[in-house]
Amino acid sequence: MTRNVITTWIAFAVGIALCAVLPIFGGNYTLRLATTVAMYAVLAQSWNFIGGLAAYPSFATAAFFGLGAYISAVLQTKGVPLYWTWVLGGLGAALFAAFLGGAILHLRGHYFAIASLVVAEVLRELINTTPDLTGGGMGLNVPALKMSVGEQAQFFYHAMLALFAISLATAIFVHRGKSGFALQCIKQNEDAASILGVNAYAYKSLAFVLSAVFVGAAGGMYATWTRYIDPTDVFDVLLSVKPLVMVLLGGVGTLLGPVVGAFILLALEEVVWRNFLTMHAAALGVIIVALVLYLPNGLMSLVREIARRRGRA
Amino acid sequence: MRGALLELEGVERRFGGLKAVDGVTVSIARGEIIGLIGPNGAGKTTLINTITGVHPATAGRIVFEGRDITRLKPHVIAGLGLARTFQIVQPFPAMTVLENVTAGALFAGGAPTMKAAQEAAMERLEFTGLAAHASKPASTLTLAQRKRLELAKSLAMKPRLLMLDEVNAGLNSSEVDDALDIIRRIAASGVTILVVEHLMKVVLSVSQRIIVLHHGQLIAEGEPKAVLSSPAVIEAYLGSRYADRIAGGAG
Repeated sequence: MTRNVITTWIAFAVGIALCAVLPIFGGNYTLRLATTVAMYAVLAQSWNFIGGLAAYPSFATAAFFGLGAYISAVLQTKGVPLYWTWVLGGLGAALFAAFLGGAILHLRGHYFAIASLVVAEVLRELINTTPDLTGGGMGLNVPALKMSVGEQAQFFYHAMLALFAISLATAIFVHRGKSGFALQCIKQNEDAASILGVNAYAYKSLAFVLSAVFVGAAGGMYATWTRYIDPTDVFDVLLSVKPLVMVLLGGVGTLLGPVVGAFILLALEEVVWRNFLTMHAAALGVIIVALVLYLPNGLMSLVREIARRRGRA
Repeated sequence: MRGALLELEGVERRFGGLKAVDGVTVSIARGEIIGLIGPNGAGKTTLINTITGVHPATAGRIVFEGRDITRLKPHVIAGLGLARTFQIVQPFPAMTVLENVTAGALFAGGAPTMKAAQEAAMERLEFTGLAAHASKPASTLTLAQRKRLELAKSLAMKPRLLMLDEVNAGLNSSEVDDALDIIRRIAASGVTILVVEHLMKVVLSVSQRIIVLHHGQLIAEGEPKAVLSSPAVIEAYLGSRYADRIAGGAG
């Protein structure tokens, strides 16, 4: 068990270090893609806490992302140091999730999904009605960084990668620990879990907060990266759907599934977008439906299955 | 009489207009094995759900070891040492048998670490004769084994009061004998037990005292043989005409 833990952390450190030296080899286009993969992986890893471990199908990711983006962007226009705006974007989203969880985490299944889906719409309207602070529907310009284009590409890649590393490290702790075990119990039978002494509300809230904090910070980074945000962009419903698709593609409730899913989704998006310019959304939809139908446990399950067969042969 | 472990005072549970539990007042002594019987729909399982906080009482008071638990949440009540098994077994199907029992030891049994919880769980599996199945998924167990898994899970919680909701329903007679043996050994270890049961053989062979529910009300209480021959109980099970005939024949 302890040896297993050490192996995991060594693999984690080596993997992140290898990713960190990518800028030596890649150009700005590669870095831009890599930054997007890292951001997707953060969103997917975060969704996995509530959707994968606890099996509460949350569609609130866009709400957390947009909230983090706006908190961070507004603070940047007020001259707060950059890193602090990201941290506060994450903490703001986490605090919001804690309150929101109190209101909707007693709902189950479809009811929870629908309740979480409308949150982003509410926040979007809220932004639209406060133009003095947030720019409203006109959007908000974020001060540019004083760096060259190449430096910026590298900077945002490393920032996003660092955020991903933190989210993955948190996931490793949770998956291995008591809270991960509690969430597994809740996933399989919440009533039986309560009777066994599991404080279901506390653990679900923890999972929900964890599904928000890194997403909020990612939203902040995104705002700085694109230098302009508006409500339709950062509260886009696709931001809620994509994490779920990525986790389904990679493997629900697994540590590496979200990362694998992020790679696949971005690769599909790029390839399909290049080849089916006019109907790429439809083509992407078909591929995703096919993957989910024929590989319901994600690609990680395929890898495991192959390993199992090799082991037997 | 030894000190009361659990006291119910006028406990009532309504579902809309229906009183599933209607003013039940009863006290369970430390170390006692008490049988709870009653016809189908009498409110036996609802009473357990009310005690464990799943369906909180709409009136009345429940006191466990001197502490009012009427309004506490199920997981808090579980942590205090009230464990129950489910009539319809509720395992975590995708987890192994060991993991199922580990959950009870970790979240209510006071095990400080995962490792300690696993060791405690293994002991309970040996006690219930499931040790050989520890690494199997719970979904692969037979019904009799799942009932024993329920027992092992609740024992891992280190209960002071164990409520067994029909642990013998659906078992054949040799499986029932095995289960009875386990119940007796649990009682011998000092755990107070409330047995909800349809099989009279089981109730009579383990209970020191019996309480009878009918339409949510407590209609009889006392020594097993006396309770079973009381007219109110016969009427509840077999109807008033039959009860009259027995009374007439006796008188």
